[in-house]
Amino acid sequence: MTTTHFEPAADGTAATHLPGGTPEPRGPLSAALLAVLTHEETEADRDSAAALWQRLDEAAPVALRETADIVADEDLQLSLFLLHLLHTGPAPFVRGDVEWDPRLIALRRSIEEPFEAALRERTATADPEPTSGEEVSEALFAMTAEVTQPTLATWASRHATADQLREFLIHKSIYTLREADPHSWAIPRLRGRAKAALVEIQADEYGGGAPDRVHAEIFARTMRGYGLSDEPDHYLDEVPALTLAALNAMNLFGLSRRLRGATIGHLAAFEMTSSIPNRLYSRAFSRHGYGADVTEYFDEHVEADAVHEQIAGRDLAGGAADDDPSLIADILFGARACLHLDELTGTHMLESWQNDRTSLRAPTVSEKG
Amino acid sequence: MDDSEPAATITPCPDGPLLVRGSFAILAGPGREDTVTDRGVVALCRCGKSGIPPLCDGSHRLVGFRAPAPPPPE
Repeated sequence: MTTTHFEPAADGTAATHLPGGTPEPRGPLSAALLAVLTHEETEADRDSAAALWQRLDEAAPVALRETADIVADEDLQLSLFLLHLLHTGPAPFVRGDVEWDPRLIALRRSIEEPFEAALRERTATADPEPTSGEEVSEALFAMTAEVTQPTLATWASRHATADQLREFLIHKSIYTLREADPHSWAIPRLRGRAKAALVEIQADEYGGGAPDRVHAEIFARTMRGYGLSDEPDHYLDEVPALTLAALNAMNLFGLSRRLRGATIGHLAAFEMTSSIPNRLYSRAFSRHGYGADVTEYFDEHVEADAVHEQIAGRDLAGGAADDDPSLIADILFGARACLHLDELTGTHMLESWQNDRTSLRAPTVSEKG
Repeated sequence: MDDSEPAATITPCPDGPLLVRGSFAILAGPGREDTVTDRGVVALCRCGKSGIPPLCDGSHRLVGFRAPAPPPPE
């Protein structure tokens, strides 16, 4: 993990938190990207804008060529996170049609292609491929069977300190304050049984019409109940590349029609590894005396995801596989990628905490920002 | 809804819970009027090991509960 701090080049202002400011760059590429994104173009400074774009054009190939491991690369994963953020916000630099700037889309693709290739290489298997929807369901339930012995959740339920649970929530906040959104991209790309299944799951994720039941809102209450900010990306500067990579993979899959199978598999694996760990996380917070305002999110997911895993595994993944068998390979890829990234982030937290280290990039300061 | 369609359906999931969909209420117990959940689709435990009965909490996977899928229809 790099500890080098790069100054934002545009105006030299100190790094602050989104959305009130810009995140801290983590290398030459994210510094150049943030400089472009935060640059306010005026008639007088067209030349400086051109210079910023040129710096970005030059930084990308260097970063991609020199990375030792794109999945854990702070500079590349932050850059990809910011490029995906252009499609959703919130951030002060997410304005107008910036998401459709062809130069930024080309940059996004140049990072996504090797990222996807790395995920495929790491999750490759010689297992025989299922040929029917029912076999796909069985394969997904089989590959997630280890969830019955979830290492991090079991350890956390017994040993995690209040500070470590705070770090856990901070890691989790990057995705969970926008929970379910990346998978929703797949809805218009599916048909029939699979589409109905995905909508059924997402409707529940979004509270079934009740704003206070939206899962991201329930998690926001958990953050507040723990004395943390519920502002999306408030803790972006604190989380390492691996935490960003887990969300970046979801957005990579979700934003691509070609990868709709991977979105399905990712969601299925995510749901299938949720109920049992969340029961343990609820216990971890209860052990420290936290009440329902904090544990509700985890308790809700014990019940909800026991439903979702069945719908995702059988009607969504199985239905999509029966409707279009060409999706089967990517359904399994998406599931394996989910489990792989979950393993990486889980191992990082566990090893950090078992060695009395922080799992964050720098000690957090609550008042910062 | 068409009169010939049931108000609710119950789907046994292989090695897993019973999924209930449609228009229904799960009451807390005999003679009770309060409900267990207001979720639109629920999973009912059938392995007997759930910590949140009568709802499923995924425990069937811990205990290796088996309930094979039915043979495909002719």
